[in-house]
Amino acid sequence: MTYSGERILLSSQREGQVSRFRKWVFLVVPLVAILFQVYVPMFFPFLSFLEMPLLVVVYFAIMRRSQISGLMVGALVGLAQDSLSKNPLGMFGIVKTLVGYFAASVGVRLDVEHGLIRLLLGFFFFVFHQFLYWVMSRALLGQQMTFDWPHTAMLAALNAVVGVALFHFLDKLKERA
Amino acid sequence: MESLLNRYRNITVLLLVIMAQLVLLAVSAKNPDDVRFIRIWTVTAVTPVARIIEGLRGGSTGFLHNYIVLHDTNQENQRLRSELDRMKMENVFLKNELNTSDRAKAIQVFQQHTPSKTVAATIIFTGAGSNSKVVFVDRGTMSGVQRGMAVVTPDGIVGKVIAAYPTASQVLLITDPDFAAGVVTEKSQVHGTLKGQGTPQCKVDYVAFEEKVEPGEWVYTSGDDRIFPRGFRVGVVKAVRPGQSFKEILVEPSGMQRGLVEDVLILIEGVHQRIPDAPSGMQPIYIAAPPPGNESKPAGAAVPAPVGTEADRLRSQYQALGEEQKHTYGENPPGAKPPDFTRLANPGAAGQGAYPLGPAGKNTASPAGTPPNPGAVGQGGYPLGPPGKSAPPPAGKPPNPEAGKNSPPVPGAPPAAPPAASPAAPAKTGTGGQGGYPLGPPGKSAPPPAGTPAKNPPDAARRLNPSAGTPAGGQIRR
Repeated sequence: MTYSGERILLSSQREGQVSRFRKWVFLVVPLVAILFQVYVPMFFPFLSFLEMPLLVVVYFAIMRRSQISGLMVGALVGLAQDSLSKNPLGMFGIVKTLVGYFAASVGVRLDVEHGLIRLLLGFFFFVFHQFLYWVMSRALLGQQMTFDWPHTAMLAALNAVVGVALFHFLDKLKERA
Repeated sequence: MESLLNRYRNITVLLLVIMAQLVLLAVSAKNPDDVRFIRIWTVTAVTPVARIIEGLRGGSTGFLHNYIVLHDTNQENQRLRSELDRMKMENVFLKNELNTSDRAKAIQVFQQHTPSKTVAATIIFTGAGSNSKVVFVDRGTMSGVQRGMAVVTPDGIVGKVIAAYPTASQVLLITDPDFAAGVVTEKSQVHGTLKGQGTPQCKVDYVAFEEKVEPGEWVYTSGDDRIFPRGFRVGVVKAVRPGQSFKEILVEPSGMQRGLVEDVLILIEGVHQRIPDAPSGMQPIYIAAPPPGNESKPAGAAVPAPVGTEADRLRSQYQALGEEQKHTYGENPPGAKPPDFTRLANPGAAGQGAYPLGPAGKNTASPAGTPPNPGAVGQGGYPLGPPGKSAPPPAGKPPNPEAGKNSPPVPGAPPAAPPAASPAAPAKTGTGGQGGYPLGPPGKSAPPPAGTPAKNPPDAARRLNPSAGTPAGGQIRR
């Protein structure tokens, strides 16, 4: 499908092409993303701001355009992330489940091949992810955390930029029709 | 029904998944040990991959350093570093033990106690989450690691084990906001709780405002938390500020001053150590001589003795008096002449290296009105009276020519009366002095006129009966 820069919104769901991936991609890519987050900051602490698992969840959700598929990927990645942190199981799981569901919902309506759309989606869902995590920490765990809007916005912009490059790389793993 | 489920299939699945995770969250939040199998699976799945990656990285960098860049230097450097770390820990332990006052006991304690039993571990990956202060090490329950064990480095504490899996363990770093440990400062021995803040510095909480903590002071583990043995280094106090309810004390951890270390030690069996003793304020302090032109001290005053307790001051006074009169305490035969202790009450005589006892002419060592002990015998066999007064000579002995010189004032005499032995005071006949003899010219004591009772009763009689008068002749008869 050739891309037209003038049309961002899809007129119907059928216009959006559902990207297909091999099964091993669904297993390896999230694992690599989690490994990146737990290993690389040991040697490059400044890279700890990158939320690679979140970007991977957003990518698969918007490319698959299936809300069930998106929420399942989000749930599994989130639970794996919870398992490797000191958080109770379910914190990242619930947050990424909702991110996957809403990303898939948005992907149904928007042309997610556009770079600007990907940048905006990456920014929005990072802020949404951090805000939802903050709400759950305060409401469910009673932790006194502060939500720094300017800092979060800056990190969201950085993650969005990295996300655009990552999405472009992951496009290579799509199955050719 | 089916159409309803198909129509709302996505939202139904979403709600089901979220409900399931909420239940999981509730269970795991209530009991952190529960639902471990999910964590075990994930950690077991990630650990081998992380180990392989770490091994590849270490191998490639080792090859590069050992064979490309430096062949033997790197090996030697690593050997020296590990030996230095080991000796640092041993040095801290030995220093603490040898600071005890009884060196023999310290050596015995050191022989009886061995250093804490540790197991070395390597950090293989950090926890997931952007602000996570959790790391994983490559030692687990198969190596004897259990939850709650302390993790240290030779430079200080690093964290504690919060979860132990078969081949790996999760360590909570001291910079994590959930970390807490009992600590105590070195100098002031102030107890507090060390808490992480998510930043490179930690804070010590629950320290009252009146407690004194100074920047630059070392902080050690107190052992109160039953996790870290007592005596392990924590860090240095960087700032002390007043907070809302307690003092705000910031500490820079010494165990992580070189960043996130790769190799740590897990305390399998911790041994409490002594915290190094800070200099005590009760120890004698040398005070230099006053600057010239200080009129408060008499000319020719000797360098004042070190300030100590009241007993030290008295001892130095008596010692100075004995040296002045060439008298050695405890080495004289019975019946020998004791030193003239009346000179202690004279500020002029007391200036010979001794401190004044108090108001001039009064001896503050014994309160006024203290009855003397009739049976007490002092130097040379003379009965002891109030300190500062020498016993009168026995009957038949000529009066002590020095008696009238520095005789103390009569108890009960008007305070305004000048001391009888004052060099400036004119000699008065009929005035009772030492032993009840009237004073003559300074340095001489005139014999009493026969039958003349002394105005002031002799010391011995006063000692036996403070209200008694002078016996006939004014002489003491034994």
